[in-house]
Amino acid sequence: MSVLARARGRAHEDDHDAEPWAGPKRHYDLVKEFTVALIVVTFLTLILAALFSSPDDKQLTIGEWAKGAPNDFVITAVAELDGTSGSASYGAPYTHDTSAAQKVGPIAPQNWPGVTLPIDSAQDFVVRPLQDAASTPALQAALATWTGATADQRQTWSSAYDDALTNAPDNDPTKVAAGDYGPVPVMLTQLLSLAESGGLDGALLAQGRFYQTDYTKPLLFMADGTYLEDLARAQHLGGDQWGMMNETGNYPGQAWLWLYTFWYQVKPFSTSGNADALVWSLMALLTAIFVFVPFIPGLRSIPKLVPVYRLIWRNYYREVEAPSSGQPAA
Amino acid sequence: MTADLETQEDTASWTGWVRRRALRSFPPEQLLPDKQPIYVASWIYVFGVATISAFMVVLGTGTVLAVMGPAWWHTSSLGHYVNSTHLWSVELFMAFMVIHLWGKFFMAAWRGKRAMTWITGAVSFLASVGAAFTGYLTQQNLASQWIATQAKDGLNSVGIGAYFNVLDFGQMLMWHIVLLPLGIGALVLVHVLLVRRHGVVPPLPARSLRIPPVGGPQGAREES
Repeated sequence: MSVLARARGRAHEDDHDAEPWAGPKRHYDLVKEFTVALIVVTFLTLILAALFSSPDDKQLTIGEWAKGAPNDFVITAVAELDGTSGSASYGAPYTHDTSAAQKVGPIAPQNWPGVTLPIDSAQDFVVRPLQDAASTPALQAALATWTGATADQRQTWSSAYDDALTNAPDNDPTKVAAGDYGPVPVMLTQLLSLAESGGLDGALLAQGRFYQTDYTKPLLFMADGTYLEDLARAQHLGGDQWGMMNETGNYPGQAWLWLYTFWYQVKPFSTSGNADALVWSLMALLTAIFVFVPFIPGLRSIPKLVPVYRLIWRNYYREVEAPSSGQPAA
Repeated sequence: MTADLETQEDTASWTGWVRRRALRSFPPEQLLPDKQPIYVASWIYVFGVATISAFMVVLGTGTVLAVMGPAWWHTSSLGHYVNSTHLWSVELFMAFMVIHLWGKFFMAAWRGKRAMTWITGAVSFLASVGAAFTGYLTQQNLASQWIATQAKDGLNSVGIGAYFNVLDFGQMLMWHIVLLPLGIGALVLVHVLLVRRHGVVPPLPARSLRIPPVGGPQGAREES
């Protein structure tokens, strides 16, 4: 059969399927069905909620982070100062480093919108909160030294301190080898104190306004450390633990994200530096296929080849079609 | 004279045009029929209405949470229970919808000029995934902090995160309680109207093999 003939055949079938049904009918009370379904689902919901409740693991504050893992806090803060943290080197939409963007082949859609949520990690996460809270002469002097220095000098101090802290036992600031770190140790000690008192939570959120609902800065800062990740991994929420579809505790979570999460578990995605861009591109393609199934040759014919429909309409085939066609029931 | 005026107004007014168009597209007996083709007899058909019912429960429980404010459920045992009903109604809603979708796939329910019915259903599913996701982002607990910091990378990698900032609680709450529910509601409404307009898809295989003969089995013509 030619392609044209097959296309005509499909169009003919489609026209038939579009015609109003001329066969037998049965009584069907839609309103009653909806009412019963609503009552059943409501009761089912009430029972499930009473039996299983819902998870609510307490949020992590920056104060708790600073008290729970002060060494992780300080090494994260110095990485913000010397520009090596995840946020400082992220690229769009936070920083202007276009080379940091993830790519799909030669293209980098991450760069297309540009920097819409600008982050200066040293200034936003360390210097400005300290300036707002500069209460001691030592801190005021340290900040004056920092702001009066050249960019190169600041980079030299903060990089040297980052290296020394990395090499110190347990990254402990009290065990850092002696060196020329400028005002950096004083600034970070004061930042740790501010965080432990709970003041940094408010300082990162306030951003010069009283009302605020944007947690971009505190969450980015927190995500640059490892403490939040450690807590999440303990709750099986890591990226390689099917984390995006899991939930804290033993709850079903977002099971419908299984396919999206699946790609992160397998190569080449699990080992690629462009994993997010690749997975999202793949999912965009699969989503388009899902939405446009009716127009995709081959895929749209699968239901005719897989006899699930014979199960769905088994009563119809047995009671109506077989007697009329004289053929055995399906 | 009065009758002429009424006829003129009926034909000339925009309101009259909309009413005539609506009645022509959706006659009351087609919009709310009390009979269905005989093949509409399977448990799979229940999952469509079960999905809409669960959506109603999701909206109802979410409305209570909205009335009391986003932080209420963290400090009140009653609030925590209402949050639990919201969570479980979402789980039921998504489960019913997935079963409904698979059922419609294996019925090839897009046949007979019903492609738009499939598309509106598929897009409703995607919008529901987004609504559930923004719900997880606005829980204000450890899970939402972690999910937000992880999800930003995927969204940023394709440029969406520049405008849809999952770290912005206020923006996500607005998407969760206003924009996405409105969008899903509109999509479900269009989806149901399309089902009513085109009717329930007939069984496979090709209908030409199935049309009962005149005066066919079980008094088919008389019943319809």
